[in-house]
Amino acid sequence: MLGSEILFQCLKAEGTKKIFGYPGGAIMPVFDALYDHDDDFDTVLVRHEQGAIHAAQGYARVSGEVGVVIVTSGPGATNVITGIADANIDSTPLVVITGQVGTGALGTDAFQETDFIGMTLPITKWNYQINRPEDIEWAVARAFYLAKSGRPGPVVLDFPKNAQTHEAEFTDYKPCNFIRSYQPVPAVDPDRVWEAVNLINTSQRPFIIGGQGIILGHAEKEFREFVEKTGAPFGTTLLGLSAVPSDMPHYLGMIGMHGSVVSNKLQQQADLIVVIGCRLADRVTGPVNQYAPLAKIIHIDIDASELGKNVKTDVAICGDCKEVLSKMLPHIYKNDFQSWIHGFDFYQDVENRKVIDPEVHPSEGPLHMGEVIDKVAEVSGGDAIVVTDVGQNQMLAARYAKFNGTTRSFISSGGLGTMGFCLPAAIGAKIAAPQRQVVAFVGDGGIQMTIEELGTIMQEGTAVKIVIFDNTWLGNVRQWQELFFAKRYSYTKMLSPDYLKLAEAYGIRARRITQRDEVDAAVREMYAAEGPFILHVCVEEDSMVYPMVPPGQPIDHILLNRSEKI
Amino acid sequence: MEIKDKKTADFPLWTLTVFTENNVGLLNQIAIIFTRRNINIWSLSVSSSSIEGVHKFTITCHTTEDMIRKIVLQIEKRIDVIKAFYYSDDEIIYQEIALYKVPTDALLNDINFEQLIRKYNCRILEINSTFAVLEKTGHCDETIALYNDLERYGVLQYVRSGRVSVTKSTREQVSVFLEEQELRRREIEQKIESK
Repeated sequence: MLGSEILFQCLKAEGTKKIFGYPGGAIMPVFDALYDHDDDFDTVLVRHEQGAIHAAQGYARVSGEVGVVIVTSGPGATNVITGIADANIDSTPLVVITGQVGTGALGTDAFQETDFIGMTLPITKWNYQINRPEDIEWAVARAFYLAKSGRPGPVVLDFPKNAQTHEAEFTDYKPCNFIRSYQPVPAVDPDRVWEAVNLINTSQRPFIIGGQGIILGHAEKEFREFVEKTGAPFGTTLLGLSAVPSDMPHYLGMIGMHGSVVSNKLQQQADLIVVIGCRLADRVTGPVNQYAPLAKIIHIDIDASELGKNVKTDVAICGDCKEVLSKMLPHIYKNDFQSWIHGFDFYQDVENRKVIDPEVHPSEGPLHMGEVIDKVAEVSGGDAIVVTDVGQNQMLAARYAKFNGTTRSFISSGGLGTMGFCLPAAIGAKIAAPQRQVVAFVGDGGIQMTIEELGTIMQEGTAVKIVIFDNTWLGNVRQWQELFFAKRYSYTKMLSPDYLKLAEAYGIRARRITQRDEVDAAVREMYAAEGPFILHVCVEEDSMVYPMVPPGQPIDHILLNRSEKI
Repeated sequence: MEIKDKKTADFPLWTLTVFTENNVGLLNQIAIIFTRRNINIWSLSVSSSSIEGVHKFTITCHTTEDMIRKIVLQIEKRIDVIKAFYYSDDEIIYQEIALYKVPTDALLNDINFEQLIRKYNCRILEINSTFAVLEKTGHCDETIALYNDLERYGVLQYVRSGRVSVTKSTREQVSVFLEEQELRRREIEQKIESK
């Protein structure tokens, strides 16, 4: 059997249903073999390789399956690097198959040759060059096992042309389930669990942080039970959003730079912080030496190298968070922290009056992003999958989108902050969950980074609802320039094409709104539309995201608007 | 003589032992962890270990204990790395080897040459009409002391190997991990069979 055919036999055996790809020279034998597998795989032809990988990320994040990308060597491969780095920092399971020149030409600067193994070494969980067709089964099995087990991540399989075109025997495919040098789920140390339980049971002022680890570890149920039983106030990270319903008692929303005032104030006063499946990144903690100065830290993560990496921990538990939470739960006292929580009502009240109301329910002036996001939340009943780009659209969607408890419903580029992520990721999200509504919130900057994927939407008929927030600026950079660069708006003013004409050219329904009284009808029209829909929302030019912890400041130094701090 | 990186000179020296599979590209995989944090690898040596198929990297670098702990965990995270450990000098037995090429004339004309050889207990590997090659194994301070003493003859070439080390425990610490993994493999196999 040809190597290219063996590859698809392996993908089939791994249960792959969707492939995101783009053909080209060094991967042509593989695409030739794919031609006969129309019944086995839905293959999405994108418009740019970056679109393929972000779509695969959206697909993987929503479905929990491994996203599969097939692109050619050289530029095809380098075009997916951003997505690989994004998937690596956001722990997204991907198998990226790249064409490569024949092994005889390796190292000769042959046409479309790049050292893709060398390039992707720091941004993959594992990478491997399949130099012989006999190695394909082994490599693919290992790739899928590594991508999805333990802390998930991207794997690159670099596939030289001769390994595609030469023959080998295809034996009975054996999935990989063990690698000697790899321990995907470390054994939980029971002593650490006891230490954590004791700290939790004796804490007077606890706070709980839930990260994406809860979603990746399928521990939503355990996490909800845990926060209910402890009675502690809790928040989630950007990528932890949708792991719990937005209206859960004691849930204080997103933490961090643009997180809720209460959640950040509480952390600085807490005597205990329980961190579950979260990297404690700088956007969450601010300067680590000023983070939670009064608190002991319990950190639970499946990746040993995350423990103590950023913040010194008092109890570090390495393990699967579902298992750790299950072990802790029976020993946690049912508790109640009403006075601790309500001691901070003042801050919630201030945030409601000074930040949320003006953003979500403005009575005059130009449109705000927040009111449109809020309207989508209302119309969707919190049931939509929300995909965002990066910047103001992302932070406001994270703050004002609502989730009814269906997990894996918030898809955003967290660690890498990749502009241009939204549109292709939304395509992948919709393909993963065709029965659900997918709403993409994207700025005028981000949409123009990967706008070519409208072509994919046209071709596939992917029914994503795209909300373009057009403030004619790179809003988030403009915000930083206003606040921290003396209003020197260096290269942030940006013009947009006529999105309605563009939509028409692609055969996508679209509507533009500029007035407050159009919002309700427009959002409902978009939501009811059967196919894809573009809602072009012209919003205020000088939009700002508040509250904001200025960079370099401890997280309880919070800007509420242009003139007030708290 | 010993030139330390200015930035790291004040930090203690750590010895890392990294046990890996014998695959292509492992040196790169390990090196990039240091590069990323802008930490200079002070010495490096690679060889097979006492366990078949397991390779052993011995790496030294100057940094804080907090940093070396993080580096070790990030190295261990690489899939093909089996296990990594770090030690301070008092936890290991270690050795280095140095070679010195010096002009024969200068040696022969020095009446103290014999004393020098005795003092350092070094070996002469080669001597011909133009140069002699001396070999000294020992700790870094010993090999450097010899270098300093030889300098008056004019050292033509000098090279010192990376550190090699063994722990004071009775066997390779990685064996425990490999035994645990073997048990885990059998469990997985049994589970699959019972299905």
